[in-house]
Amino acid sequence: MEIVSRPHVKNFIEWSRDKPEVLVLTADLTNSCEVGSWREVYPGRFFALGMAEQNMLGFAAGLAREGFEPFIHTFSVFIYRRAYDQLAMSIAYPNLPVRMLGFLPGIVTPGGVTHQAIEDIAVLRATPNMTIFDTGDATEVESVLDVAHAVDGPVYVRMLRGDMPRLFPQKEPMVFNRARVLSQGDDVSILTSSVATEAALRALSVLKAKGVSVTHLHVSTLKPFSDPTVLEAITRSRCGVITMENHSTIGGLGSAVAELMAENAVAKPLLRLGLKDTYAHGASMHYLMREYGLDAGSLVKAVEKLLGAQLGIDERMLTAVPVEEIDSSERVEAL
Amino acid sequence: MHSNSKSTADWIGEVARIAANIRRRGFAYVLQNDGGYLSQICSSAEIFAYLYCRGLRLGASRAPMIPVLFTAVPGQGQANLSGAAYNGPASPELDRFIFSPGHYALVLYVTLIEVGRMAPEGLMGFNTDGSTVELISAEHSPGAEVTSGSLSQALSVAAGIAMGRKLKGHSGNTWVMMSDGEFQEGQTWEAVQTLAHYKQDKVKVIVDVNGQQCDGPMDAVMPIEPLAEKLNAFGVHAVSVDGHDVAAFDQLAQTDTKGKPLFILAKTNPTRGIDLLETRRPTLHYLRFASAAEKQAFQKAYDAMAQEA
Repeated sequence: MEIVSRPHVKNFIEWSRDKPEVLVLTADLTNSCEVGSWREVYPGRFFALGMAEQNMLGFAAGLAREGFEPFIHTFSVFIYRRAYDQLAMSIAYPNLPVRMLGFLPGIVTPGGVTHQAIEDIAVLRATPNMTIFDTGDATEVESVLDVAHAVDGPVYVRMLRGDMPRLFPQKEPMVFNRARVLSQGDDVSILTSSVATEAALRALSVLKAKGVSVTHLHVSTLKPFSDPTVLEAITRSRCGVITMENHSTIGGLGSAVAELMAENAVAKPLLRLGLKDTYAHGASMHYLMREYGLDAGSLVKAVEKLLGAQLGIDERMLTAVPVEEIDSSERVEAL
Repeated sequence: MHSNSKSTADWIGEVARIAANIRRRGFAYVLQNDGGYLSQICSSAEIFAYLYCRGLRLGASRAPMIPVLFTAVPGQGQANLSGAAYNGPASPELDRFIFSPGHYALVLYVTLIEVGRMAPEGLMGFNTDGSTVELISAEHSPGAEVTSGSLSQALSVAAGIAMGRKLKGHSGNTWVMMSDGEFQEGQTWEAVQTLAHYKQDKVKVIVDVNGQQCDGPMDAVMPIEPLAEKLNAFGVHAVSVDGHDVAAFDQLAQTDTKGKPLFILAKTNPTRGIDLLETRRPTLHYLRFASAAEKQAFQKAYDAMAQEA
């Protein structure tokens, strides 16, 4: 598996070149959100607003009203927690094309509870006019810009930063409201998002080797949530559905799937893996994913529960698995 | 409409006449409505009259004289219904008006009527179901460009609008009308530090400093004074003036602030023109008649005012 370092830095500079309407706003986290070089290339399009997020969101709204496309770069928590009224009234209500790139989604940071956005999707799914994307690898961090750019209204993106895997080929960019089908099978359907997808991929190959037939979807559009691929995957599963998300189990991917199942009368068990109505604490991502049941081992246990059978998979088998670049179209073809 | 050709005496007389009309029509409406934001009408009549007759450089209204009914909230694929159409086109050389304290909406609507941008019948829709002439304005309401009922948000939006206009090379000003209570909100000061840092001298703010808020006198609830000193310490050009002295507003509006955004702090009397309101102190924010006798007393005061006119 290829590890890509800071893909947003160069990609965003290139992407912005022919889009003079694109501006960047930051709140004292410029390099932390990988736009320090962008500022050097486009100094006239860059606005530092200081540690004052409420004003920054309003300022972005004003710029958007004048025909610009502001890209806010800060940590997720300072967007939806600190400045929610401004987000709802100044940006979302008027349906303005402000792109809010939120860094440090879920438990990817050792920054602890103050820096971990664990209920952002829940809050923003409930906010009218919002569109929500959740990136899972370098290809999505790169291609989410085009997807966001095309939306007539405000967009919130859960961005990854620093070193990250390239799970999906660059020639397969993220597509609006379309899940990636990573494998197809009839026993269990698994839907994952954000960094939970990489963890799930570790479990998947071992599960398949044990003869479990799995449909696995990676979901990157969380609002709207009307992709027919998702309903098909849920419907076809013989034993039930599992969601695994880098977020609280309340209000995020698991809740969205639960709503879909209820609305479509899909009477099957649903297991939601994620933060179970709890805050987290400061520690490494891998430590926290294990602690809060977002790792490959937790997914295997959930599959065993749905199947009602022990599969005899141990920790060593999971960590030994190299996660290959997944070409989802080929994978689907192969099935 | 703005005109520098008028002599000083002419425009001041005109503004005073419009301010008196705003007070009278607003008072009549509060009586008819069995209560309302009367003290805001008393305090801000000169501010709105000055803005619409002199301060704002606006083009002709592009909105119907009788406001359309509410259609839909903004959303994907929705045509945006903007109350800013009452303030004319958003042309590069013209001013923009960003109205901040949404609960002053009645004063705004009455002003639009008095300056000929809305028909008197337009006020019939005020606070009635299905109307855009809402109790607290949203951006579909006449004269409102921003949904600003959540106080202190409009100044930040105006700063962004003004920055966007600067990037596009617009020469017009971006005016903001605020209430003094909004200076209790932290966001206001975030916006002020931004306006000062980016030297946004095309932003002109006029504040109704009436010293009143929902719970009573601001000095008792949460004082903001010395407001001018605080603002100037933040790096803007803030001056306190008699809030009913429109010549003083104009002098400030014409001042070269040398890169600093302007804050006109209009120290107003929230019972101005309706002495009977003094009986309602200390809480003036919203007038609800306590008895039929009280309403009658206010009706008498209105009749006397109308007689005088």
